[in-house]
Amino acid sequence: MSTSFPIPDDPGFLQIKEVVKDFGPVRAVDSVSLDIARGEIFALLGSSGCGKTTLLRMLAGFETPTSGQIILNGHDLSGLEPYRRPINMMFQSYALFPHLSVWDNIAFGLRRDGLPKDEIAARVESMLRLVKLEKFGKRKPHQLSGGQQQRVALARSLVKRPQLLLLDEPLGALDKKLREETQIELVNIIKDVGVTCVMVTHDQEEAMTMADRIGVMDEGVLLQVDVPNELYETPNSRFVADFIGNVNLMEGVVVDDQPSSVTIECADCVHYVGHGITGHVGLPVTVALRPEKIYLSREEPEGEHNRVQGVVEEMSYFGSYSVYFLRLPSGAKLKVSEENDLRLRESKPTWDDTVWASWPPSAQVVLTH
Amino acid sequence: MSFLTGSWRPRPRVAVIGVPFVWLSIFFLLPFLLVFRISLAQMDGALVSPLLTLSDGVLTLQLHLASFIQLITDDLYIATYFVSVKYALVTASFCLLFGYPFAYFMARSERRWQPALLMGVMLPFWTSFLIRVYAWKSLLEPNGWVGAPIHALGIDEVLAFLGMIPSPDQLMYSPFSLVLGMVYTYLPFMVLPLYATLSRMDLRLIEAAQDLGATPWQAFWRITVPLSRSGIVAGFMLVFIPCVGEYVIPELLGGPETLMIGRVLWDEFFSNNDWPMASTVAVVMILVIIVPLAIFGRNQVQAQEG
Ligand SMILES: Nc1ncnc2c1ncn2[C@@H]1O[C@H](COP(=O)(O)OP(=O)(O)OP(=O)(O)O)[C@@H](O)[C@H]1O
Ligand SMILES: [Mg+2]
Repeated sequence: MSTSFPIPDDPGFLQIKEVVKDFGPVRAVDSVSLDIARGEIFALLGSSGCGKTTLLRMLAGFETPTSGQIILNGHDLSGLEPYRRPINMMFQSYALFPHLSVWDNIAFGLRRDGLPKDEIAARVESMLRLVKLEKFGKRKPHQLSGGQQQRVALARSLVKRPQLLLLDEPLGALDKKLREETQIELVNIIKDVGVTCVMVTHDQEEAMTMADRIGVMDEGVLLQVDVPNELYETPNSRFVADFIGNVNLMEGVVVDDQPSSVTIECADCVHYVGHGITGHVGLPVTVALRPEKIYLSREEPEGEHNRVQGVVEEMSYFGSYSVYFLRLPSGAKLKVSEENDLRLRESKPTWDDTVWASWPPSAQVVLTH
Repeated sequence: MSFLTGSWRPRPRVAVIGVPFVWLSIFFLLPFLLVFRISLAQMDGALVSPLLTLSDGVLTLQLHLASFIQLITDDLYIATYFVSVKYALVTASFCLLFGYPFAYFMARSERRWQPALLMGVMLPFWTSFLIRVYAWKSLLEPNGWVGAPIHALGIDEVLAFLGMIPSPDQLMYSPFSLVLGMVYTYLPFMVLPLYATLSRMDLRLIEAAQDLGATPWQAFWRITVPLSRSGIVAGFMLVFIPCVGEYVIPELLGGPETLMIGRVLWDEFFSNNDWPMASTVAVVMILVIIVPLAIFGRNQVQAQEG
């Protein structure tokens, strides 16, 4: 198991301790505990209404936690007003001041700190250079494109050199193409400045591209926190497996439990998994299998495990790969994605073909809850 | 001829510009031209002289500028304009001073209370304007509900010292009672446009300002106030413009030193029976004070929304 995230020198820079937020009868954030390292980009990922924004707003100071503690750089933030926190936020719809020019928007925070004029000018200019908007200082926000507004908002939240930068759906207002270009650009700027960053998104690709670590939330609960590839390879729950990427989920029962392997019987096939689990014979489990880890062939594969026969019911071509949906004997569907390799084109399965699907014993993840 | 075949429809742009244009023409421009025409005439006994006469095949256009000349040369008129503008300015300023906090808290109160508060602002319109203004007479008596506390708190001494009332025991028929009555009457016209802009405002802008280190007070002055400029300008116009020509309130609540242009106008019409002079007073008021102001206000609003 490899971790792409380097061991941080200050892992407890931001500590969120059992934070709860109730809105009347609604529990928006449910006992979230989380440590974020200095310099890290952390993404909160979850579906709509799961409490991401609420958690972010508690960090910024716009909501008071019902219970729990937030500690930044060793200081407890409770009771500290938003304008006293060394934290800046980039709002979901940017919240640029419409009556101020780009320049004045960026200078707004510096002026509140009473910095000398020439220092303000120098810092605003350098921010404008950083986000490549040198020529736009005099414009009003409504005279900018969506992507330019987004960069003004970023510059405005970075110019005060906050200890913590909060981004709420930073690219939510951009179209898909611009989004993908901006993701990398945004990460580069944040890493250049070296600021610790918590971002909120419901787009898993965006989280995967931008974040060092990702926390997946559902109904106010933080389900799993991990680096992107670990989250993808070893989800710890059905929800996470399903939420991150595509997955086939199969219900089954443990029929053989060895220290370094486990056999699980499902409706259509028998899984042989090449690692042990904490469980016992007879335990109902869910087996998660990623579509790209499955091979298709016309010939029957060897062995009795990790294979199933099915009929190609649907297929879609996506350029570099194709996605197949196989109808299995039980009626369930299996999603398979295959790289489109030119050499194999003759033998590619097509509609109504009966084919074998197989996968190695390292492909599955066994979810016990 | 496409409209004959039924395919003609007014283009949206034409309708958008056309409707207010027709409205303004019928209800503002036309009456204004009628008054303007009278101001250039002469009284012919009880009638206004015609501008165009045709006799012996000669068409003569007679423009009498006597009223305009008199208006410029006689100090009374100019001085009265200044008094009117002064009281209108003072009234609009006080309306802003009281109306802004009121509109602000109304816009920021819980959504479900807002219709009730809005009703509260408009409730006074349900009773006759005359009765409401007249009621101030008894309220401001030395032992009235307002007069008594003012006296008890010694505010009347201050007002007398400032020259707002002739003597501490007389609140009525003074600049004080006049401004009080006008502020009272016109306050809703300030509150409503302010409420409209304040309740539309994006509250995340305030949060963004606080996030960047502005205290609530700084956020108010730097964000809320500038962004409600169109409401401030609209409210100011709505109060200022009718106040300049106000007749009834100065008549009921004002004193000898609060002679305003509305009164002069009335006197010219009904005491002197000098219609051209009265019309001249009105025309000059509209051209010199109100039209430039309205254009200014429009530009301000456009500058913000632009
Ligand atoms: N001010 C509030 N009053 C009452 N309930 C609220 C308030 N703010 C949020 N909630 C509720 O708390 C829950 C979490 O909301 P939150 O805005 O944090 O979701 P989110 O994860 O940011 O969703 P999205 O991706 O749609 O922005 C929701 O059920 C929401 O209705
Ligand atoms: Mg949200």
